[in-house]
Amino acid sequence: MSKFSGTKINPKKFHKSQIKFFAVLIPMSMFVGLPIVFIISHAFKPTNELYAWPPRFFVKRPTFDNFKNLVDLAAESGIPFSRYLFNSILVTVVGVFLSILITSLAAYGLSKLKFKGKKLLFEINTLALMFVPIAVTIPRYLTMTNIGLIDSYFALILPLIAIPVGLFLVKQFIDQTPNEVIESAKIDGASEMQIFLKIIMPIIAPAVATVGILSFQLIWNDVIGSSLYVDSESLKTLPFYFSTLASLVGNPVAGQGMLAAASFIMFVPNIVLFIFLQNKVMNTMAHSGIK
Amino acid sequence: MTNKMNSPFWFITPYVMLFLTFIIIPVLIAILLSFTYFNSIETPEFVGLRNYIELLTRDEVFMQYVLPNTIKFAFIVGPVGYFLSFILAWMLAQIPHRARTIFAIILYSPSMTAGIAMAVVWTVIFSGNSTGYINALLMNWGFIQEPIQFLQSPEYLMNIMIIVSLWGSMGVGFLAMLAGILNIDQSLYEAAYVDGMKNRWQEIFYITIPSMKPQMLFGAVMSVVGTFTVGAIGVQLSGANPTPQYAGQLMVNHIEDFGFIRYLMGYASAVSVVLLIMIYSISKVTFNILGEKE
Repeated sequence: MSKFSGTKINPKKFHKSQIKFFAVLIPMSMFVGLPIVFIISHAFKPTNELYAWPPRFFVKRPTFDNFKNLVDLAAESGIPFSRYLFNSILVTVVGVFLSILITSLAAYGLSKLKFKGKKLLFEINTLALMFVPIAVTIPRYLTMTNIGLIDSYFALILPLIAIPVGLFLVKQFIDQTPNEVIESAKIDGASEMQIFLKIIMPIIAPAVATVGILSFQLIWNDVIGSSLYVDSESLKTLPFYFSTLASLVGNPVAGQGMLAAASFIMFVPNIVLFIFLQNKVMNTMAHSGIK
Repeated sequence: MTNKMNSPFWFITPYVMLFLTFIIIPVLIAILLSFTYFNSIETPEFVGLRNYIELLTRDEVFMQYVLPNTIKFAFIVGPVGYFLSFILAWMLAQIPHRARTIFAIILYSPSMTAGIAMAVVWTVIFSGNSTGYINALLMNWGFIQEPIQFLQSPEYLMNIMIIVSLWGSMGVGFLAMLAGILNIDQSLYEAAYVDGMKNRWQEIFYITIPSMKPQMLFGAVMSVVGTFTVGAIGVQLSGANPTPQYAGQLMVNHIEDFGFIRYLMGYASAVSVVLLIMIYSISKVTFNILGEKE
């Protein structure tokens, strides 16, 4: 092994020593990526291609029929598709905004301010990284009934926006900002809140983007809120409507095209957002370690 | 307005309020309820440890299916998913930037397809009639004559759940580890080479892993949590709770079964508490194992 020259991290150019990595990564990505390609292709298939035998993987003559059926079926069942869409967008936009705001505020507090119980709070939050929301669906329901949140948009937003992982990541990120910047702003007479808004927020943009993505995924994909915490049909969101498709159509096989179209609608915003922000996410993750 | 806001109160309160209301208090309520009989209509009635005793001694479904299934599922999906994330991240770190970004997006994308999308693809692929992709392939190649009821048969369901979960296991932890490797100081490797480092294995164990230990720990927690959260896929894939012959029944489904189908909320809470304790202990054990490599 005299040729061994050490691992080259983040190489600038392709070199033939990298072939072995590509040999693993290409098949792995195909296995992982094919189901995604499949959803996209399936969503645009006309009926005769959906039930063709042997089944075809790629769509031959793409149509928007499945999406149209999805919209029509919603109208038949009483709630226009646009209503679900509106609810989903409203809840997600407000939720992501609030999540970013409260998380960055708290992260700044935990990172740069002094107060009693600060260490304890951070430790409890780190412990809560292990928290599995699905385990406390029932007590959450009881808490929300008691404070009168049930059956409102709040019931769809508030339970999802305090994200321990988000706070953890932003706090670690703010820890990297030098105290001198903050000190000199203080000498100039700025308050903590002004420092936070004018100096810290721009610096932590990558971490904010990451929290944005995490909360977007949580809220946009959430079904539990609509199915348990909200009774009025007119407040429910897209993923809820999609989750009822199988029973609305009666036959899961007959609804395949519509289900694929539904998955497509759920998936695309996630991936588009991630592609745009992936640089920032990677930047944040560099500070993600638990020490 | 903002020029007088100096108190930590302004910063901490909103998060803490929500954190308490939707995470801490529900966990405490779950613990309290687990000592009661509660059918969601009458006032909870204190029963002491009865729920736990029943769960451990009389709940045959739990002991025979749910617990073994959960353990099997967690002990395969957790470590394999974690190992996979690390290896793939390690390889990605050693190829040029553009190719790396594309691969990373593809590998991360399944973890975004929570719930419905995930269930749809895989139910079609493993569909029990001849239009299911796997069945069509196997029949085409002459391996089988009749389509196999993959998602309805106990022998297959668990394995399919494991495959699907592994497919989606490159999540936030994976990204963290990738970032961790990319940030390792290149000069460490060069120094090690001068000092006589001989192969990649030595490098991985003496440089790579120790240098990114914080990210390794973060990744481990994420993979433990992820593993227990995706537990519901058995129900999504087979379309029934309980799953056929309880083959894919995990703790999460058991909670749902007792809480929202039978309305035995006290009992369901006891299962929740056991689940949270399990996750916590597994994370602790993982920490200790990883912690030793210092």
